[in-house]
Amino acid sequence: MALLQISEPGQSAAPHQHKLAVGIDLGTTNSLVATVRSGLSSILVDDDGHALLPSVVRYLPDGNIDVGYSAQAAQSQDPANTIISAKRFMGRGLKDIDVSQQPYHFIDTSEMLQIETRGGIKSPVEISAEILKVLKSRAEKSLGGELVGAVITVPAYFDDAQRQATKDAARLAGLNVLRLLNEPTAAAVAYGLNNAAEGTYVIYDLGGGTFDISILKLSKGVFAVLATNGDSALGGDDFDRRIFCWILEQSKCNPVNAQDTRLLLTKAREAKEWLTDHTNAQITSMLSTGEVIDVNLSTKQFNALTQTLVAKTLNPTKKALRDANLNIEDIKGIVLVGGATRMPQIRLAVADFFKQSPLTNLDPDKIVALGAAIQANTLAGNKSGADLLLLDVIPLSLGLETMGGLVEKIIPRNATLPIARAQEFTTFKDGQTAMSIHVLQGERELVSDCRSLAQFELRGIPPMVAGAARIRVTFTVDADGLLSVSAREIASNVEANIVVKPSYGLNEEQILAMLTSGFSSADADKQARALAEAKVDAESLLEAIKNALEKDGDLLNKHEKQQIKAKIDALEAAIIQTNGHAGAVDTTSDAIIKATEVLNAATEDFAARRMDAGVSRALAGKNLDSLEI
Amino acid sequence: MNYFELFKLPPTFGLDVATLESNYRKIQSESHPDRFVTASSAEKLASMQTATMANEAYQTLKSPGLRAAYLLSLQGVAAIDEKNNQMPADFLMQQMEWREAIEDAENARDVSTLESLLDEIGGAGKNLQESLKSQFQHHHLSEATTSTRKLIFMDKVRADIVKSIEKLD
Repeated sequence: MALLQISEPGQSAAPHQHKLAVGIDLGTTNSLVATVRSGLSSILVDDDGHALLPSVVRYLPDGNIDVGYSAQAAQSQDPANTIISAKRFMGRGLKDIDVSQQPYHFIDTSEMLQIETRGGIKSPVEISAEILKVLKSRAEKSLGGELVGAVITVPAYFDDAQRQATKDAARLAGLNVLRLLNEPTAAAVAYGLNNAAEGTYVIYDLGGGTFDISILKLSKGVFAVLATNGDSALGGDDFDRRIFCWILEQSKCNPVNAQDTRLLLTKAREAKEWLTDHTNAQITSMLSTGEVIDVNLSTKQFNALTQTLVAKTLNPTKKALRDANLNIEDIKGIVLVGGATRMPQIRLAVADFFKQSPLTNLDPDKIVALGAAIQANTLAGNKSGADLLLLDVIPLSLGLETMGGLVEKIIPRNATLPIARAQEFTTFKDGQTAMSIHVLQGERELVSDCRSLAQFELRGIPPMVAGAARIRVTFTVDADGLLSVSAREIASNVEANIVVKPSYGLNEEQILAMLTSGFSSADADKQARALAEAKVDAESLLEAIKNALEKDGDLLNKHEKQQIKAKIDALEAAIIQTNGHAGAVDTTSDAIIKATEVLNAATEDFAARRMDAGVSRALAGKNLDSLEI
Repeated sequence: MNYFELFKLPPTFGLDVATLESNYRKIQSESHPDRFVTASSAEKLASMQTATMANEAYQTLKSPGLRAAYLLSLQGVAAIDEKNNQMPADFLMQQMEWREAIEDAENARDVSTLESLLDEIGGAGKNLQESLKSQFQHHHLSEATTSTRKLIFMDKVRADIVKSIEKLD
């Protein structure tokens, strides 16, 4: 347990000031923001006291953008310009989604789909950024300061393209992403810490548009994900759609227009929610054609309509158990997450499958944001969460295209992150100097059944006879679950050039264009901003290295210490030079960036030694941090 | 530093899995990138390298087949070698029987037979692990190599059965 910190009389506690960090649940239907205050995780509400922010973005005729309840209220009047459930489109192309019954004007591109609105052509990334901007300003207003960063949650079953899209959206919203965190893992943190839970738990997370199942082992503050599975296109929305289709069938309506579709979908959602506590729902509505809808839906009918959807959640559940090598008897509890788990038929199905009642003592709408806030607090370096550790996994296998359109797996699903794997390739023809590599994600054997993540071209391979070149391609997946690739020709030690073309992401130029289109700042402003950022980076590096020298300086000999100190002096001098030199900010920020890089490079060896020393200390049981009990 | 040294464990086949897991967690608590979100890029790099190696090492030592192959590699023996992949005739017969049984069960969409095959091969694997323990103890490396090949092969068959079950689900 963390101890309270009391400072020496006359000394302030300023150096360990609480850093403002938040957890954001960017949901299909609703989004939330939470933070840890005085050791407790709590949801931040808006001026009207609302915790939820409907994930609805409306582009208004006057050029403004409306987000939340008021946008939601306008959805059936202005369906084409009011985007709901944008999360379903993140990192997706037009061929991935069912466009029937969608009121939007989609634009097909070879990459991520786009939507034409009166506010211009918008990608799902830009639409999601609008939601994040609102949550960011809500947090800064209520916490009274600028955020150091945010943890943003994503469905565990999101693939690389969807994760990258989420990170890009945060960047557009001006948020520093401390980590992308899987939603069920966030829920496990909130549940586990609240209930001092130990053992193996299942998180069953049915949100508005996504379904995740995660199995975690909780032990002494370590949350290790054993297996995850899911369906990134299954959620509460689908239950609404089933009711919607049933209404049309019952009232023998002709196909309805976009406006009426939205209206009836809203009625369907209301009926679904009503049936949680009632046995019958009356659905009445007047369509734009003057037709009147008046039907009655019973719980029994609703269950029959949605039976296949409920069953669809159990297959991934079985797969996850098999991957974790567990039986239902091994499971200590099932935590329900996501508003859709309020439906009684879901609770019954879960209880029936696991032969025990699910745990429902935390609000399924809020638990993800609360857990994300706890992780954000830990990552930002605020002391209270120091003994929390999350070990998460990659949800879907990564592989490469081989001869005949088959996929060869390089990193298997459910491998713990971070992970790196290397694979060697060779040339097919004499004198071949380039090679095309296709990276895929998914479990199926055929390239056409997996998601294409990127096409890499390795160029500059020295010409050799076929089969003589040895090209080593290394895949690295970081703690956010994001992939990077590097390649090298071993025989000649030539680093091959890699052209990365994310198939469903935005490239750097597109992001920069979006970032700059928002504010037409003058060049001078940009330079001043660059200088300020360079200074902040440099100062935090200086602080970190000085601390490291104070703590572990004995790992270095006198000469090594002098080397590092010289680089510190150089960086400090570069910073001082900028004071009063407002004119040439561009060159001075370059000087700081360079000196920062030099200092960083000079401390790589020191950092590695500190890491080894830390690991040795931990295994010897002399870890100072764990002595406070 | 080899994987056993990383976890401060003796290089034996019959290692204590509980200690392996607890030491793995201790190393991750020190080195995981979550601990270095606000650190310098040099420290982030060191964290990434150590955490990645700890994951790889843990996965290798946790799996009996991979652990045996790794122990052999420390002795300079390649268990998985494309040029020398000999298996005893009786084992080859056995695996053909398994393959046929899987195919029949898959065609008959018989999940419960597949599940009992999974258990059967799992049981055979446990026996093989007992043999491996003593083969490594007595430095009978050529026998250990054969057992390791069998074990890794059985893991592959089990993975294929799981795939078949998933297809039928």
